Amino acid sequence: MIVRPLVAGRAEGELLLLSRPLSLWGGLDPEDGRITETTHPDVGRCVKGRLLAMEEARGSSSSASILVEAARCGTAPAAIILMRPDPILTIGSIVAELLYGVSIPIALVDARDWPQLRDAAWIMLDGGRLKAGG
Amino acid sequence: MRLAPIDRELLGGLHGPAAQKAMEILQTYGAVMGAEEFIAIESAHIDGCLYHGPSTIDFVRLFVDLGGRVRVPTTLNVAAVDTTHPSLHCGPPEFIPAQEETTALHEQLGCVATLTCAPYQRIFRPRLGEHVAWAESNAIVFVNSVLGARTDRYGDFIDLCAALTGRVPCAGLHLDANRQPALLIDIAPPRQARDLYFAAAGYALGEACKGRIAYIRGLPSDATEDELKGMGAAAASSGAVAMFHAEGLTPEARLWGGVIADLPHEPIGAERLDAAIAILCPLERGERVAAMCLGTPHFSFAEFVSLAALVDGRRAHPECGVFVSTSREIAEQIENSPMWGALSGFGVQLIVDTCTYLAPVVAQSGAIVTNSGKYAHYGPTHLQRRVGLMSMDRCVRCAEHGAVTP
Repeated sequence: MIVRPLVAGRAEGELLLLSRPLSLWGGLDPEDGRITETTHPDVGRCVKGRLLAMEEARGSSSSASILVEAARCGTAPAAIILMRPDPILTIGSIVAELLYGVSIPIALVDARDWPQLRDAAWIMLDGGRLKAGG
Repeated sequence: MRLAPIDRELLGGLHGPAAQKAMEILQTYGAVMGAEEFIAIESAHIDGCLYHGPSTIDFVRLFVDLGGRVRVPTTLNVAAVDTTHPSLHCGPPEFIPAQEETTALHEQLGCVATLTCAPYQRIFRPRLGEHVAWAESNAIVFVNSVLGARTDRYGDFIDLCAALTGRVPCAGLHLDANRQPALLIDIAPPRQARDLYFAAAGYALGEACKGRIAYIRGLPSDATEDELKGMGAAAASSGAVAMFHAEGLTPEARLWGGVIADLPHEPIGAERLDAAIAILCPLERGERVAAMCLGTPHFSFAEFVSLAALVDGRRAHPECGVFVSTSREIAEQIENSPMWGALSGFGVQLIVDTCTYLAPVVAQSGAIVTNSGKYAHYGPTHLQRRVGLMSMDRCVRCAEHGAVTP
């Protein structure tokens, strides 16, 4: 499918599709990459090296710092896939590259294509193109 | 993006290498945001001064090493620890020097170390229509909604880049079209204490908005600034709410009266408010209460007046802590006011520079009670503790008994 790259880049890996938006700040432990928000349905799952997909980001503007800290610790997701653009995660991705040379591409998937992610386990993202596999 | 002469000067390094680097980041960011040009800002509020780990220091030091200096008045949001009361800190000890270094590096750039999430209730108050670059979710929603100044949803890092250049991409909530409501909400009137009502309303609003700006009808017409502050903070926590319009209460609401009839409509009835309270208060009667924590966002002078009237002549249980977070400026004012007798007599401990859901200060085991929807939402995860949302009135009763009481 065609996606809109907010931060361009290449990534390939396992898809982690969240059933609800997550605030990285207060919701992710950058030391091990695990989701810690106790009321989140995906609590305990690990974002490290995965392509993290959620319809939108949520919560505090400190989420950018958590993404950069995760990049420093080597626990960041390989890429982030969203339905609605998010400036906070975008800036986190830009700074992760600037300070630590870690690339975390961010891509926007159209609402019509979003349901295709539900059946996917493996994702290949390359700039404006995304390939989802079972 | 179209560049004004000042943008070319900044990018060309005429205003120093720190402003140049910051402008390069803003240019990348602006392109992602789909902005066509940059605009000038009047002030900046930095959330990136909260120590999250070594990357916090790495980023600010980059600009200090380049000789950076902010180009607009710039305030700092809260820190990760109250360094004026180090003995109360129960978190990792290395956070104290790390936070001191983070704050000092920002001061070297010319930021004012206000260390508060509510600078808008003091002299740093943006005016209607003014463009600013403010970070921290409660400050963003307050500035846009209650004051009618314009900030986009800035995060850490971009806030400092804006301060170092005085420029931001003209995108998001800086543009008229993006401040238009996309959802009409009719909310039920309060059946509970007012502070509890506004906390629950905020939580339900965040859940309903799903990234959209709401036009809200039905809030009490005498809603105070502090009540809207609490509602906005809760809405920003439960959903990424950066702006709302409240009929008869917020300055830009009157601009949109003509379009609301065509908007999708969603009621927030009394049962939905009750459900929000049930989620945010899972405590059981008789459960041990370790602390009462208020001031998320930072307590205003008016909120201290209400608390003082409530606790006058009463005393908290000796095993129950009473923590109220506020700014250094208001703390000093309170400690020198006649109401300090009632507050300190009850056992109030003022916490400055930070907030008790970020900085662990509660040593005893047990639950925490609060009247803040934001605290009740984030507290359980951050502090790994049970937290209960309730009215300030009931918080005080629980603190007196050291246990959850009706």
